[in-house]
Amino acid sequence: MVNLQAEVLLAGPAAAATALALTAPISFWGGVDPKSGLIADPRHPENGESISGKVLFVPETVGSSSAAAILLELVHGKRAPAAIVLHEPDAILLLGLIVAKEMGFETPIALRLDRERFPALHGLALQVSPDGLIRGT
Amino acid sequence: MAMRIVAETARLMGAGGLIPIESAHIDGALYHGDSGTLFAERLVAGGAKTSVRATLNVGAIDLTGCSRNRLPPHELAMARRMMIAYQRLGCESTWTCAPYQAGHRPRLGSQVAWGESNAVVFCNSVLGARTNRYGDFLDIACAISGRAPDYGLHRTENRRATVVFDLSHVDRKFLSSDVAWPVLGNLYGRLIGDAIGVITGLVFRPWEDILKAFGATAASAGSVGLFHVAGATPEAPDEATARHSVPAHERIIVTNDMLLDAQRRLSTADRADRVDAVAIGSPHLSLEEFDNLRRLLAGRKLAVPLYACTGRHVLRLLERDGYRKEIESSGVTIVADTCIVVTPILPEKPGAVLMTNSGKFAHYAPSNTGYSVLYGSMADCVESAVTGTPIFGAPTW
Repeated sequence: MVNLQAEVLLAGPAAAATALALTAPISFWGGVDPKSGLIADPRHPENGESISGKVLFVPETVGSSSAAAILLELVHGKRAPAAIVLHEPDAILLLGLIVAKEMGFETPIALRLDRERFPALHGLALQVSPDGLIRGT
Repeated sequence: MAMRIVAETARLMGAGGLIPIESAHIDGALYHGDSGTLFAERLVAGGAKTSVRATLNVGAIDLTGCSRNRLPPHELAMARRMMIAYQRLGCESTWTCAPYQAGHRPRLGSQVAWGESNAVVFCNSVLGARTNRYGDFLDIACAISGRAPDYGLHRTENRRATVVFDLSHVDRKFLSSDVAWPVLGNLYGRLIGDAIGVITGLVFRPWEDILKAFGATAASAGSVGLFHVAGATPEAPDEATARHSVPAHERIIVTNDMLLDAQRRLSTADRADRVDAVAIGSPHLSLEEFDNLRRLLAGRKLAVPLYACTGRHVLRLLERDGYRKEIESSGVTIVADTCIVVTPILPEKPGAVLMTNSGKFAHYAPSNTGYSVLYGSMADCVESAVTGTPIFGAPTW
């Protein structure tokens, strides 16, 4: 039974989805296919998995400043994660959500949580509430 | 909308407030998907205009018509709409990743909002203007609002070098060659990342095009936003000043072996016996680099295509002086407004080998073009293009 309080970085609706906890840093540009939502970096351990509709736990982001454009494209194509949980706020990635909200797209919630907690959550069915409470079994 | 985006980012990053900026360089006009075009058109529809000077980085299309790309019709149309939208917002049609060689040179100490990793690092390091690494959406939002979140490299205390990168043990002849600086950049980027270093131990003052090549490679190999060169860059009259007189956390003594290893890492096709194409110009070539290209070509015809990427600021000068015709008649394809790793220009060819003198092309070409890469000097690139086989150690002009 999981019951964790995360910090809300960007507000969004409640989500109920499977957790995908990435085990390595990811570059959204070149690392995630904006059309399919699949991890597309052959060197990434979760290569080939889909981030669409998941509660996505991101330990660290690396690489190009075009990450926001990829995330906006995922939201626009309804291929975004159901919720995004970061170890620390990342302006470049979260800009994709800030802009998506401005564009009137349905935008997932973004939370902050210590990455040491991520591995234990992988694969669980999670409920994320708008106030940042993460519950699951 | 622009001001809300800037303010929301400031809140997320814990910035103390917003500061006025004097200029912007916009990386956001490169097409990654329809949503980016729709965002730019939303700004246009709302009547937004840039409030400070804003130059444009490369787009996905060569609007000068020098080169052609293989984008499918829908992507081509959306990429063109995106470029037009950014022009309507009041951005200058510079379409170059080297705006600092196209007349956009913010003064020492000024606050700016620049995108494109090589432009950011050049602006901070060589010009001494102050910018964080801006990316899509935030760059144009800052240019419209004239404001940026006050954190990171905008603040003096965060520009202090904490690592010394000592070149005094490196072969001096190597250091004064153009082939050395992308190699140094690759090593620096991997070892130092987003920390700030000061380079010491040089016995000459590095010229602008090699600092450009160094910064671009360092920023693609690591998240480098600012470096100092003792005795050469404006915030580093000497090593101690670059460190703000605080002791360094770390001192890296660079050896010839470390550089040999870095040089090998820039190539992915070591055993190639042929070259299918050659690409130069990341960052975009300066007029001086074209002069060097012309001297090395010496009127000879190429066996394989050589793509020379540049901005229209240089293209104009090449046309004025009659050099464009001379260069193109050798078989060179000039690529303006864009480059070979951001849009499909290279012919599709499984297993093909690209030779380049650019550390940045060497980094991105394998994943973005499918070509494997050989890294060599500008002279090596020209000799290899003339013969169609990899040639290393060609004499420089």
